[in-house]
Amino acid sequence: MGAEVLLGLALGALLLAPPFLPPYFLEILISVMLFGYLGAAWNILGGYAGQFSFGHAAYFGIGAYTSTLLFLNLGVTPWLGMLAGGVLAAAFGLFAGYLSFRYGLRGPYFSLVTLAFAEMLRVVAVNTKAVGSSLGLVIPNREPAAVNFIFAGKLPYYYVILAMALAAVWITRRLERSKLGYSLLAIRENEDAAEAAGVDALGMKLRAMALSSFLTALGGTFYAQYFAYIDPTITFGPSVSIQGLLQAIVGGAGTVLGPVVGAFVLTPVSELSRAAIRGRAGVDVMLYGVVLVLVISFLPHGLMGLRRGRGNPPRVPLQ
Amino acid sequence: MDTRLSLLQLDSVTKRFGGLTAVSRFSLTVGAGEIVGLIGPNGAGKTTVFHLLSGFHAPTEGAIRFKGVSVVGAKPHQICRRGLARTFQIVQPFVNLTTLENVMVGAFNRTDDAAAARERALEVLEFVGLGARRDVPARALTLSDRKRLEMARGLATRPELLLLDEVMAGLNPTEIEAIIGLIRRIHAQGVALLIIEHVMQAIMALSQRIVVLHHGEKIAEGRPDDVARDARVIEAYLGART
Repeated sequence: MGAEVLLGLALGALLLAPPFLPPYFLEILISVMLFGYLGAAWNILGGYAGQFSFGHAAYFGIGAYTSTLLFLNLGVTPWLGMLAGGVLAAAFGLFAGYLSFRYGLRGPYFSLVTLAFAEMLRVVAVNTKAVGSSLGLVIPNREPAAVNFIFAGKLPYYYVILAMALAAVWITRRLERSKLGYSLLAIRENEDAAEAAGVDALGMKLRAMALSSFLTALGGTFYAQYFAYIDPTITFGPSVSIQGLLQAIVGGAGTVLGPVVGAFVLTPVSELSRAAIRGRAGVDVMLYGVVLVLVISFLPHGLMGLRRGRGNPPRVPLQ
Repeated sequence: MDTRLSLLQLDSVTKRFGGLTAVSRFSLTVGAGEIVGLIGPNGAGKTTVFHLLSGFHAPTEGAIRFKGVSVVGAKPHQICRRGLARTFQIVQPFVNLTTLENVMVGAFNRTDDAAAARERALEVLEFVGLGARRDVPARALTLSDRKRLEMARGLATRPELLLLDEVMAGLNPTEIEAIIGLIRRIHAQGVALLIIEHVMQAIMALSQRIVVLHHGEKIAEGRPDDVARDARVIEAYLGART
């Protein structure tokens, strides 16, 4: 039960400490929560169903652009725009997923197709004037208004993304104990054997896809509101896709807390190495890369693999 | 056998892979609650027949009916839902899941509720003798236990017909004896069985009827002792007398 006490303490600290943190740490914490959230969303499809998407930027970008365009052009509050973006992203995810799964794309082929879909959207955004082309979209400074998802100061944003991350963890916990969760794990382990045991592999993978892309899109809206600026490279570029999956893999893909744990390790490493090594561009990225290589070499089941005992087997063997 | 009563019916089924004919004009019936053995030398097409029945392959020609309804074109999970489950010759456990979780996946075939699936899975694990291994990851199971797990996962789906593909291969005589007992108990629950097996004394003892495949064609069918004396069967297994 030590783990539950520890989780309770961590949760208490996440709820109570931020008002007293200096702005720099609050910013890092917001990044941690956003990446943890994106990792959790990716984890549903990548960690549980074992379908390694390299293109979750597609859903992130759809979320960011949908809510921002609705807000700028029609004055729709981003809170509603967020849901619209989620639904649109889920629809796109179902479309991309159906095309891939229906024709039996597995493993790296699936990954490549998702990457291609995200790149396709990026190129479309770059070449479409109505969405700001490569210049992107700015949410002009306006009066803070909670109803418009615009807050004074960073603290409210922190609590929004904290709530989103906790919700994602809660959804994952529910998923893990449901028929869908078991079906996804079975598909990840062995799709043919799962089918033979009555698992509708196509239907279950599409459900995972829809949920994962919906959640990822909400993260896109958060990003747009927090930074008040989006462009095609930031939102549809490969780095968003990779950030999401890195948190999950480093923390432990196919585990409930893995993505959040991963974000708590990776984000500070990235920030600290950037702060420590100024003036030599790229060295911090190399350091970050070394940490990744070490984690993946020595902890193939991620950080969560460290605390797995009997009856709690590691979930994802990385090939 | 009266075809109206048969659970499974294959009519002149042929499966070709390019130029290779794996199964040729093969007909077979399995009645409700029957145990039928499917034997033949390596490469005879037995596993291909299982793949055809369970929806992993579609026949090139011919009809396959389960409970009077064609299963041609149905996906494996749809066939499983209708009550036809199978095991794999090369065991396919979900190695990173526990024994219990493996069997729960099968139990979800008949329920959407996790608690009900867990209950059914525990019941099946006790039945096959894996109750004590429920929390062990499947990768840690012995071959003998993995074979039991295959059967448990199939049974958890509540089949009316269970296809067993060499569940005794690689086991020692004591383990084989135990599996024979398990198969009898499965049968006693009213489940019909179609069994591929190379362990002759086992298949002869279990089966009410035996079908012999050779080069994809049925060369004999009948009661075990008659089939064992059949000249074509002996020739297929031992080669022609010179």
